[in-house]
Amino acid sequence: MSSDAPRRLAVVPAYNEERAIGGVIEALHDFDPALDVVVVSDGSVDGTAAAAERAGARVIRLPFNLGIGGAVQTGFRYGWENGYELVVRCDGDGQHVPSELAKVVAPVVAGDADIAVGSRFVGSDSYRSSASRRVGIRLLALIVSTIARQKVTDTTSGFQALNRRALGLFAADYPHDYPEVEGMVMTIKHRLRLVEVPVEMREREHGRSSITALRSIYYMAKVLTALFVGLFRRNVVPET
Amino acid sequence: MILDSQTPLKVSIAATIASLALVLVVFELIRSRRLRERYALLWLLTGLVLVVLSAWRGGLNTIAGWLGVRGYPPAVLFAVGLLFVIVVLLHYSTVISRLSDQNVILAQRLALLETRLAESELGRAVPGDGALEPVAQARSRLEAEELPRT
Repeated sequence: MSSDAPRRLAVVPAYNEERAIGGVIEALHDFDPALDVVVVSDGSVDGTAAAAERAGARVIRLPFNLGIGGAVQTGFRYGWENGYELVVRCDGDGQHVPSELAKVVAPVVAGDADIAVGSRFVGSDSYRSSASRRVGIRLLALIVSTIARQKVTDTTSGFQALNRRALGLFAADYPHDYPEVEGMVMTIKHRLRLVEVPVEMREREHGRSSITALRSIYYMAKVLTALFVGLFRRNVVPET
Repeated sequence: MILDSQTPLKVSIAATIASLALVLVVFELIRSRRLRERYALLWLLTGLVLVVLSAWRGGLNTIAGWLGVRGYPPAVLFAVGLLFVIVVLLHYSTVISRLSDQNVILAQRLALLETRLAESELGRAVPGDGALEPVAQARSRLEAEELPRT
């Protein structure tokens, strides 16, 4: 370990993304050849893990599906235990654009933030998604902005960069069901500095989205409950 | 015309307090992290429905009428409460089933992992510290100690 440069890791959660995963890893290597890439296969039953290994990434194979929160936290634990200073998350379904990582990494590297979140809605309106989802996201953003007393616009974006401090927090405790929203509130409540940066994202290339209309309602109910209850918690982080 | 009895006020108050207590207990369990939100939602729904039906005697009466319950409207409260509890139990049965399956997978993977470690000698700790040692080092140490290798 001779280099003084901060060790960087990309956590790539993937669930049955054998077609998209190779492209994501390649794009990450193109973006930054010094970036270590770890793919967390969330109980994939297709060739995701093999495809990821062929593309040159490290692969963690979870024994069964934990959901995005559990999978991403696995990657964060890996990053923490292996001493990484800077960790980014880039989803294996191709929605996140690796070349956009530069924008998300910049504030964290500069020391201006502990966690930087790529937002689809800061400024630009070019991201197209179903109307109901946009309303849901806007509503959530409003609620989180109120709770956190800080303006946020994209509470479901997983496109993030973390420094070691934020990494330690999430490695120890990461909300499992719909983590991005609760994670945002968590970081702010723990007085970590969070900034949003505008980024571009893609529509899903392959595979199905895991969110249907009925699940959206269930999702909103659960998240709102969690946010509401979270208001009353003290900020105790359990032992790692 | 059939004369419906009204829910006694005392019953209504007691039921409302009990249902509110349920909601508060569930809320506190979530807050203190002893109950995860995804498993608590059904309980919260149960509690809220019971609070509404307990407090709103007119509504309870109406529903009792629909169900043909005439003598004692609070019977509907029992029925609704019981129904919800059955649903919650069923839900938890499915959760337990899933957790069981996952538990089996973990037990098997763990056992297989330990077997692999033991077979490759990597499970031997270096005397004096708790770290695992690489294979090459283990081999040289074993040769030096003149222990038979498996």
